[in-house]
Amino acid sequence: MIEFAAVRKEYPDGTVAVEDFSLVVPSHAVVVLVGSSGCGKTTLLRMVNRMVDPTSGTVSIDGDDVRAMDKVQLRRSIGYVLQAGGLLPHRTVADNVATVPVLEGANRREARRAALGLLERVGLDPALGDRYPLQLSGGQQQRVGVARALAADPNILLMDEPFGAVDPIVRDQLQEEMRTLQRELGKTILFVTHDIDEAFALGDEVLVLRKGAEIAQRGTPAEILAHPADEFVSRFVGAGTARRTLSVREVDGRRIVVDGDDRPTGVLAE
Amino acid sequence: MNLFAEALAHLFDPASWQGTNSLGLRILEHLGFSRAVLLAAAAIGIPAGVLIGHTGRGRGLVVALTSGARAIPTLGLLTIFGLALGIGLEAPFLALLVLALPPVLAGAYAGVEAVDRQVVGAARAIGMTEREIVQRVELPLAAPVLIGGVRSAALQVISTATLAAYVSNTGLGRPIFQGVKAGDYEVMLAGALLVALLSLVVELVFQAIQSAAGRRAEPHTVPARASARAPERNTA
Amino acid sequence: MNWLSQNLHIVWSLLLDHLWLSIVPIVLALVISIPLGWLAARYPRARTALLTGTGLLYAIPSLALFIMIPAIVGLSARSPWVAIIGLTLYGCALMVRGAADAFGSVSRETMLAADALGHSPWARFWAVELPLSGPVLVSSLRVMAVSTVSLVTIGAVIGISSLGTLFTDGFQRGIDASIITGIVLTVVVAFAIDAVVLLLGRLAMPWQAAVRA
Repeated sequence: MIEFAAVRKEYPDGTVAVEDFSLVVPSHAVVVLVGSSGCGKTTLLRMVNRMVDPTSGTVSIDGDDVRAMDKVQLRRSIGYVLQAGGLLPHRTVADNVATVPVLEGANRREARRAALGLLERVGLDPALGDRYPLQLSGGQQQRVGVARALAADPNILLMDEPFGAVDPIVRDQLQEEMRTLQRELGKTILFVTHDIDEAFALGDEVLVLRKGAEIAQRGTPAEILAHPADEFVSRFVGAGTARRTLSVREVDGRRIVVDGDDRPTGVLAE
Repeated sequence: MNLFAEALAHLFDPASWQGTNSLGLRILEHLGFSRAVLLAAAAIGIPAGVLIGHTGRGRGLVVALTSGARAIPTLGLLTIFGLALGIGLEAPFLALLVLALPPVLAGAYAGVEAVDRQVVGAARAIGMTEREIVQRVELPLAAPVLIGGVRSAALQVISTATLAAYVSNTGLGRPIFQGVKAGDYEVMLAGALLVALLSLVVELVFQAIQSAAGRRAEPHTVPARASARAPERNTA
Repeated sequence: MNWLSQNLHIVWSLLLDHLWLSIVPIVLALVISIPLGWLAARYPRARTALLTGTGLLYAIPSLALFIMIPAIVGLSARSPWVAIIGLTLYGCALMVRGAADAFGSVSRETMLAADALGHSPWARFWAVELPLSGPVLVSSLRVMAVSTVSLVTIGAVIGISSLGTLFTDGFQRGIDASIITGIVLTVVVAFAIDAVVLLLGRLAMPWQAAVRA
């Protein structure tokens, strides 16, 4: 469980990234922070592993204030996935995945062997282990990033726009696989994105954020779609647009779902 | 520090600044000689570099010249030319020219080459001749880097002109080598301090010129520190 | 050739002098420049101070520097350490900027990723910053190494023996062969050391070749 209690972040130059934010991320849940760039969502994420320290308020994990913990140890105990994987370009894929166990003093050879297993787990051929990150496609790099975050078997995963740099088809695939993985692993995941579709696809719970990390609405994807709290959320989720207003039409005895422009988007499952 | 005091005393002794052994004379010789080398290097290196940058042909030559020249010991050139040409200014002139040419050439080439090709294309599109493109577009934009090359060459020449006295008895190297021969350290040190000071002054002057050129080439940006980057140097 | 065969042992011993007067300053300057370059890359204030300082240091002619050093550190004027100190200073003047650029070339995202994974600052330096600054570091090391080898010869005019001694002796005694031997050997040493640096760089950075292929 991650808890934010009235955190605020103000930079020395006076910019306020986070005004006053409180949230409990329950264990084993996926909570998605969604908002446009500069809304403070990444700042919030980084408070968890102390890449950023709040100006006031506290962040705690399972009741323990993170500020009481050693930064380096804290970070090694939390999986972190960055945009484009954030892989170390000078290390092979296997070494990248094995980074944290090796930092923790694990035997290098064993850590590499375990890394190959993790690669398989995220859908990669273990033979890629000897390649360097730049020899991989964007989607593959992203999977390596996930494998690396899982390497030390952390309870918590922080994901900062992890699928932002790949094309839409690969992104859909990665999201799908992440859901499968999460069903098996049940990690506590805090996920940041600017893509509302991604938020709806992955989140058990979604928080739509305004500037200064002010919570515009919080709820399950269904709740937010059904009752956008205000004009801002409604516009953010695209409520009322052709893409979101679906209706059902009967065609040759099957029920087809069409959007507001009468474009078919699917078939209703019976 | 005592030695420095003696050297300074020597420098401030009015007798050091009088007659045929006057240090003032040596400074003038040093500067005059350096200027001549630099002008010759500029006269050859700038047109050649601009041409290479403008046409894009001969790039490999510039790279080979600049990296190869760094390895050649100037003292070696100076002495071999000295043996061949006898005692006079010709040998140091040639040796220093070999030293000064690569940075000038490289600066001119790199400056012109770095000019945005779209800008050049636009100049051509509005009907400028090739000559006008070079004069009105490429040269002003290339100026900071070009001057950077000249600055680097100037610094090397001023530094290395000290060695000229080894074969031709001219410039600020003269008191240094007199000191070496006579085993008079304080005279050597006085000469060294003077030539160091001169080099620093020349360096600062060129820095000022270069940042002025930078402001002209890119009036909207802060004078580019990157463009003020002098190329590598192989100095005595 | 005749001159060379008769003076082989002298040339050999001058070559050894030259090698050691080159390699020691190159290594020292590298070792000193790395932390200074790191500081310059991370702290803007340190950057201004260090780059201005090294820039001015570099403006001082090496001969002048060689002459001033004995007075500053109290060495005998002909001690080889004069050349070693002088060339180390020079090497730093060349290298600190290169090292600063090298550390500046490490992407912020990668450093952030390293932090997020739980590298201590010390571990981050050794495991991430130093290797990733490697390519730029090596290219400025090559420039510095070649310049140093060539500059060693200057010491000869104040009596510090190296291949440069072949120039001064050759000039005084009118022997072309001596000077030419000196020039050729200096260039050979410079390129040999350059090649060694390049090779070591390749061995230390296997990912470079792999990614290029």
